[in-house]
Amino acid sequence: MTEPRRTTMTIEEELEGDLGTKRMLVNFGPQHPATHGTLRNIIELDGEKVVKLEPEIGYLHSGFEKISEYRTYNQTVTVTDRMNYLSPLCNNVGFSLAVEEMMGIKVTPRCAAIRVALCELSRIADHILSVGLQAMDLGAFTVMLWTFIEREKLYDIFENVTGARLTTSYTRVGGLLKDIPPDFEEMVRKFMEKCSKTIDEIEAVLNGNRIFLDRTIGVSPIPRDVAISFGLSGPMLRACGVPYDVRKARPYHGYENYQFDLVTEENGDAWCRYRVRVREMRESLKIIDQVLKTMPQGPIYVDDPRIVIPPKTAMNTPGGGMEGLIYHFKNYMMGHGVCPPKGEVYSCTEAPNGELGFYLVSDGTQRPYRWRVRPPSLYTYQAFPYMTEGGLLSDVVAVLSSLNIIAGELDR
Amino acid sequence: MDPIETVKAKFADQVLGVGSHANQAWVDVKRERIVEILKTIRDECGYDMLTDLTAVDYLNQGMPERFCVVYNLYSMKDNVRTRVKAWVPEADASIDSVSSLWRSAPWAEREVWDLMGITFKGHPDLKRIQLPEGYEGHPLRKDYPLTGRGERMNFPRYVP
Repeated sequence: MTEPRRTTMTIEEELEGDLGTKRMLVNFGPQHPATHGTLRNIIELDGEKVVKLEPEIGYLHSGFEKISEYRTYNQTVTVTDRMNYLSPLCNNVGFSLAVEEMMGIKVTPRCAAIRVALCELSRIADHILSVGLQAMDLGAFTVMLWTFIEREKLYDIFENVTGARLTTSYTRVGGLLKDIPPDFEEMVRKFMEKCSKTIDEIEAVLNGNRIFLDRTIGVSPIPRDVAISFGLSGPMLRACGVPYDVRKARPYHGYENYQFDLVTEENGDAWCRYRVRVREMRESLKIIDQVLKTMPQGPIYVDDPRIVIPPKTAMNTPGGGMEGLIYHFKNYMMGHGVCPPKGEVYSCTEAPNGELGFYLVSDGTQRPYRWRVRPPSLYTYQAFPYMTEGGLLSDVVAVLSSLNIIAGELDR
Repeated sequence: MDPIETVKAKFADQVLGVGSHANQAWVDVKRERIVEILKTIRDECGYDMLTDLTAVDYLNQGMPERFCVVYNLYSMKDNVRTRVKAWVPEADASIDSVSSLWRSAPWAEREVWDLMGITFKGHPDLKRIQLPEGYEGHPLRKDYPLTGRGERMNFPRYVP
């Protein structure tokens, strides 16, 4: 039986006295709708103020790095889909680029252009959902529904191109699974027209919304040097005013040929992160437009029989199929196929939530000796206590939704 | 200022060798003065960002030591990257923590400890990060099997 609370103080004394002295521990997550994934935070509260916040991760740990050491390079592409489930195509491209750099392969112009177009479409898919969820957590539910409509159309495009909506596995080392369908351009043009209108509508709703402004402007600002020290990248870093974008700093797949602006904001708060994402979507639309206008013709695979998986027609046509059959057989035989030379490489691409790096070590066989991902989410989430401690409990949700944390990539 | 040349000039007795692959150069160092070496690279060569910290297990590969802790660094000002590899012996798998130099280091070091089993001396809060507390073993080591240990059927069945 619990004792009823007894106090000798009057209500007036209690109200005037120091009410917030008793600290309270609050468990936030891992199953909580505002965490957008399986994240858990243990928050120590003094009244409504966050004194200490300790994130605990690992609820979605799947051992991808270990699994990949037992798979061939092309089989590993499927693992990268499952990491960042908001933009799987960017992960596919990042991984294939790392292996290609290791082997010294340069993909064909058409392959590079298709990869760029799909990467930018994924970037829109990620940013638009990120903006929508940020708005939803702050009360603007309508925006989230609008963004899901756009995302649905994007997934239709991905389905049309790759055959899958989420687990795309579209890239291969040195090329792509298959060429884009003939109605790709028409679909994308139709989407772009509607998408830019939706972005206008989102901005019209949010940019003058007092609740949204009050809860994002000035919330959890990060100074530039602290952001760099934390290893932040992508929109998080650009919101702090650091002009760093892997697409500009280390261009890959012909990004240097497309005209687009590097979007930065000044203060590094939740509002700036929202602004960077919205403005980046417009830049992505600009890039896609240029890619569609200049889409080169030609093969999608490099001309290298060591790594190319021959098409089915080269294997089973009567009279001319033997060569293709041998190459196909050799590609899938142990000790043949994609075997990068002994060595190691750190390759990075600009994924929607930051710098996605792959550190690969090869021992000359067809399997990676060490397969390490530099997940942008891990380094972003590490800064979460810095951003929230000293603030209010309600800001924890506002900040978390502005980080764009992908739990699959955080835990791998 | 080239970081590899700087390390070679200032810490000549610590350098084990240099290497490069796919236009990316690195320097192999001993583990004893790793914090000083990285501090020099950060302060004198301007490498202000620790992009990634990881480790590789070279079991029976004929390398100087079994483990290798890899630091991938980036200079925001000059837009250049470099890599430092510190070799850690199997008998005493430990190295000094660089948490005092970069804020990005603590979690990366916790992950290396968790999955590879390398202790970081001077780390503010070294504990498991991906795997549950009380887990035995370090799965990314090469002598840890892919299947057979710590699978779902080994845990007690959940009864509500």
